Amino acid sequence: MSAPEQRRRPAISELKQNSVAERVLDARGISKRFGRVQALAGVDMDVRAGSVLALLGDNGAGKSTLVKIIAGVHQPDSGEISVTGETVRIASPRHASEFGIETVYQDLALCDNLNVVQNLFLGRERRRGRNPIGRLFLNRRAMESEAGKAFGILGVRIPDFRSQVSTLSGGQRQAVAIARAIVWKSRIVMFDEPTAALGVEQTENVHCLIRRLRDQGVGVVLITHNMIDVFALADRLIVLRRGRRIAEMDPAQCSPNDVVAAITGSAKSGASMP
Amino acid sequence: MTGDKLPGAASPNAGRMPIAGSARRIRQGDLGFLPVLAALVAVFVVFHLANPYFLTPRNLSNLALQVGVLGVMALGVCLVLFIGEIDLSAGSVAGLCAVVLVILSSRFGFPGTFAITAAVLLGAVVGWMHGTWISLVGAPSFIVTLTGLLVWQGVQRMLVGNQIGQILIDDPLVTGIAWTFMPDWLSLVLVSSICCGSLVYFLLQSKSGQGMALSSRAALAAEIAIFPTLAVVIYVVLSQHSGVPVLLVILGMLAIILSIVTEQTPFGVHVFAVGGNAEAARRAGINVSRIRIILFSACSAMAALSGVIAVSRQFAADSNTGGGNLILDAIAAAVIGGTSLFGGRGRILGALLGALVIGSVANGLDLLGQSANVKSIITGLILLASVSLDMIARKRRIRSGTAGA
Repeated sequence: MSAPEQRRRPAISELKQNSVAERVLDARGISKRFGRVQALAGVDMDVRAGSVLALLGDNGAGKSTLVKIIAGVHQPDSGEISVTGETVRIASPRHASEFGIETVYQDLALCDNLNVVQNLFLGRERRRGRNPIGRLFLNRRAMESEAGKAFGILGVRIPDFRSQVSTLSGGQRQAVAIARAIVWKSRIVMFDEPTAALGVEQTENVHCLIRRLRDQGVGVVLITHNMIDVFALADRLIVLRRGRRIAEMDPAQCSPNDVVAAITGSAKSGASMP
Repeated sequence: MTGDKLPGAASPNAGRMPIAGSARRIRQGDLGFLPVLAALVAVFVVFHLANPYFLTPRNLSNLALQVGVLGVMALGVCLVLFIGEIDLSAGSVAGLCAVVLVILSSRFGFPGTFAITAAVLLGAVVGWMHGTWISLVGAPSFIVTLTGLLVWQGVQRMLVGNQIGQILIDDPLVTGIAWTFMPDWLSLVLVSSICCGSLVYFLLQSKSGQGMALSSRAALAAEIAIFPTLAVVIYVVLSQHSGVPVLLVILGMLAIILSIVTEQTPFGVHVFAVGGNAEAARRAGINVSRIRIILFSACSAMAALSGVIAVSRQFAADSNTGGGNLILDAIAAAVIGGTSLFGGRGRILGALLGALVIGSVANGLDLLGQSANVKSIITGLILLASVSLDMIARKRRIRSGTAGA
């Protein structure tokens, strides 16, 4: 890779039109029981390309369980998941990545002692060649050049790909975790409380990164408690309560109070914020 | 800060590696080989001043032979240290496998190749058991391998049984390991292939970093130059005596192979990932248990090999083979060489240089007629000094804002 590549980004209006048609992920009637606790009871969720879906609910509402099922960590008791129209069984996190589903965890799941490129390609390193000997060795050039493209798309400057992740700033670390999804050409990226531990400026940076991901046509799922995230990013939102899907809302046509009311289940919508 | 929201600010070229290896690592507070190299130079200078015989080819040849047992064990031990585990049983495993080797060879008359293979395989199986138990039960490696230390030592003594003193061995292959020297032409071939290999590696590396600054290229060259320099110096010095010992070549080959595996392959990246953040490694689809079991097997196989070398040097095994301070010295060697006990950091060559430091101290103090007690005290102080230097460097890094684990 030599000259800086111009990012070819489809116009957002164009994407929005497509997104109505293309459902990258469709989960139907997902149920999951842990012992005597019904964590999920027949929940539906669909994720569309180039759009952000916020998944809301109080603690214990079943958001994490739903995301873990899609990420291959748990198996559903019943229900059906299809990825770009094909019904699939997601047996493991590895399996999920093969279907183009990536999860960005709150703790980012980075190895501080490894460098940027090693973290980006962890578990799926590019190798020298396909022959038995080439397969044994790392292809650093290929990985560095792909990493350069990914950070270019995100609009993030990382001064040195061979520096340890421990030496990066918080924002750069977020970018590394998100760049994984671009390197792997993921179709669905799920964020688990991405801004829970961040300050105002860093939160804004993460929003910016998520928008760029969406603009690539990725279907984004956002688990959050933070109304600022929801109204800054989400195109649609789904509210879960006690394992059931209570509401689907359009953030453009509701207020934070409506959303809080749906989450807590207080009778009147428009109840005052606690 | 990440921050640039300006699209133009993100040129992919910005990510081109500007600084190579050692220079950047030192700036980041990772001193790499510097402490252990400094310790080695200091030890050499001090003992040379105390007794000029220390730096003669004859004594250095001796030193090269003395460091074999410790060196091979240290290479194995640093593998499990890379993933933040520890193996306290390596000394006992070395002793057990040494006794099995001599019994197979002397009592049952098996040929040397078979006996050596069996001993090393036994080591691998023992390590597999340790690793599997640690992974399945989730018991700390400290406890499991402490158990191993006690159990395998007991088995070793039972096998020696009523034999008073030692079981001797006279298999020419086994005894030859520690007492054969390379013919001059073969040493020359080896040294020149190490030089060529390093040059090719340097050219490949500097090619991959187009736009690499001249100073970084020099830093990379300096880092890579350690290998051919060591090889040439060792060859020149030792060929003035009996030549390069086969044992030293075995040790060097093992170090090179393990360095390549841990630094140039996906497996090596996975090892350090497990050491740095096992949960992240697991989420990335890495089979953590598998890596742990492989490394414990390798560590114990290396321990078994060091037992074989011990037998070769003594022409015998007894109930004390592999005992004493050996395992603690091996751990100290790895740590002096820059390996972190918390996992995720360290290099193979460092462990080898660390073993050389400890071996040199023992050898030098022997020349000065000092007791084992003094050796123990000096080795301990060197360990403390090198770890403290490393901690101070890392604190400075944290203070300068480029914090790390």
